Amino acid sequence: MMAPLFSSKLLIVLIFGTLFGLILGVLPGLGPTTGGALILPFTMTLDPLSAIVLLTSIYCAGTYGGAITAVLINTPGTPAAAATCLDGYPLAQKGEAGRALGMATVSSTVGGIFSVIVLVFFAPVLAQLAYEFGQPEYFALAIFGLTMLASIGEGSPIKNLIAGAFGILISTIGKDFMTSIDRFTYGINELSVGIGFIPVVVGLFAISEMLTQSTLLDQVFKRVALKAVKLPSIDDYKKTWKTILRSSGIGSFIGVLPAEGGTVASLIGYSEAKRFSKEPEEFGKGSIEGIAGAEAANNAATGGAMVPTLALGIPGSATTAVILTGLIIHGVRPGPDLFREQPDFLYGIFGAMLIANVLFFIFGFFGAKLFARITLVPNKILWPMIFAVSVCGTYSLSQSIIDVWIMLFFGVLGFFMRRFGFSVVPVIIGLILGELVEGTLRQSLVIFDGNWLMFLTRPIALTFFILSLIALAFPLLRSKKQKK
Amino acid sequence: MNNVRNKKRANKSLPFFFKDEFKVFFVIIFVSTILLVTTFTFDKVPPILNRGIQPATFPKGLLVLIMFLTAVIYYLSFKNPWKKEKKLPKPFFLTILSFILFIIISKTLDFFLAISVLSIFVSYNWGEKRIFYLLLVGILFPLVVFIFFEMILGLRFPPGIITNLYYY
Repeated sequence: MMAPLFSSKLLIVLIFGTLFGLILGVLPGLGPTTGGALILPFTMTLDPLSAIVLLTSIYCAGTYGGAITAVLINTPGTPAAAATCLDGYPLAQKGEAGRALGMATVSSTVGGIFSVIVLVFFAPVLAQLAYEFGQPEYFALAIFGLTMLASIGEGSPIKNLIAGAFGILISTIGKDFMTSIDRFTYGINELSVGIGFIPVVVGLFAISEMLTQSTLLDQVFKRVALKAVKLPSIDDYKKTWKTILRSSGIGSFIGVLPAEGGTVASLIGYSEAKRFSKEPEEFGKGSIEGIAGAEAANNAATGGAMVPTLALGIPGSATTAVILTGLIIHGVRPGPDLFREQPDFLYGIFGAMLIANVLFFIFGFFGAKLFARITLVPNKILWPMIFAVSVCGTYSLSQSIIDVWIMLFFGVLGFFMRRFGFSVVPVIIGLILGELVEGTLRQSLVIFDGNWLMFLTRPIALTFFILSLIALAFPLLRSKKQKK
Repeated sequence: MNNVRNKKRANKSLPFFFKDEFKVFFVIIFVSTILLVTTFTFDKVPPILNRGIQPATFPKGLLVLIMFLTAVIYYLSFKNPWKKEKKLPKPFFLTILSFILFIIISKTLDFFLAISVLSIFVSYNWGEKRIFYLLLVGILFPLVVFIFFEMILGLRFPPGIITNLYYY
């Protein structure tokens, strides 16, 4: 499994990716999704395996890195670390920042490694199942992926659906792939090839975050001093090992669900840790179990989210949507054929994730104090630099200034979407799945001779449609229950 | 909690066209309508070549879905008004202005000059007044980025008054 990684180039990429991911995770507002989007254009100079190893190591380390700021400044570096703030910061205020970070580091590593094992065993099985899929099944699966966004994604389910539909709509811009007829090009030649993933991804994540930061300039962080990261004591392990294992399982499972990721996993991991705890009253006041529950779950979601991404080409989270974009622009089409034709490539990714989890344990343990200092870089210096990199990176892909303007447009749009409660993640997932949704729908209708009801005669497709209906009904039932 | 309730109440007292819910509803419906009208101008495939559905059908369906869902969130907002967002601060508008400046300068003068101007403009307006740091973000860093992309990645940037000095 590790054989492809024993090249000095890949190891350097892996170490760089882990360090870069940690830095991104530590900086509030950046995180592995935005960071992955920023680095995506640079991966074009790498071979496909190095590119994906870089992105996955950023994903693993960035997810953990969010815990450092969650504990020390009560601001999650990534949304997935939000639940870590609840107990990490109170514990740090009691003078136990090192213990809190030690537990976050250990539980993140265990969760991450657990999820890679799930990935290694579960992804090939899922890919094997995908051999049974024809066009109608893929259409139903893509619809299921999109409805899952509505069901358990952040924010309003209907707003998530609108954003997802908008993402699919963007994918229709350009020449129709079946008939070569121009759609929404308005006579602009550059648009006839469609809108690239990178300008949209960088715009929606990096530029919109820059605009968000411009509204938060008066925010002041109170930083708790950190002497050194401490390994948890034997008592801590006795208290938390069940929580860590449970949250690792929860995180891996939530991660596998299409379109979901670490944020929901950590919240569920945290609430389950509280439910099973002998001291639930300690939660929110600095419970070590709370940190373990949240951190093991959010890192376990990384491997879980890679399962549908690699096996079916359906992203399991926002960051895996960026990784999927990386696979596509490198000409790698995820799915069952990838498992049959390029096993070395896949095992390279699995091995890289495993090593990244070990590396961030080492870097986190010995370097957390240093990484915490990165938060001292003021936004007024940091964001203009990120802008320069975003602009050049976006331009570099097809050397088109139009791409840069598209990036700025989506940056402004993304800002207003977030301001009014629309998540930008469904737009990306819609954009990625758009061609799959439309292509499989149209090809299915060719097979069915235009008869839509024929979808219901395919058992797998029908199952996905029923699951989609359940996914759509779930938020309604949940809100009714909450009102009661 | 009280803050959110107060904000919601404040939003409730506004005339409907000033409320965020209406503004969002109006913009989405307006843009979707324009796009929907555009779909009627798409070329049609002759029946003999048409496989499945016409190229305009899928985007039409999506736009109708978006409009329907937008109407639903607007309707739901009567029962549960959105919380009123804080007014956008001055640095936000200055950042947007810097984007416009970037587009104008990159189109007419020079791509890297545009990056430098934006970096200095944003950094200054976000509160950085020290010359060294302004030069760092406005000149030194873009220079490093230029060298990295040009020499290491072999990228050729669009011609301009400064970039031409390097290329010619």
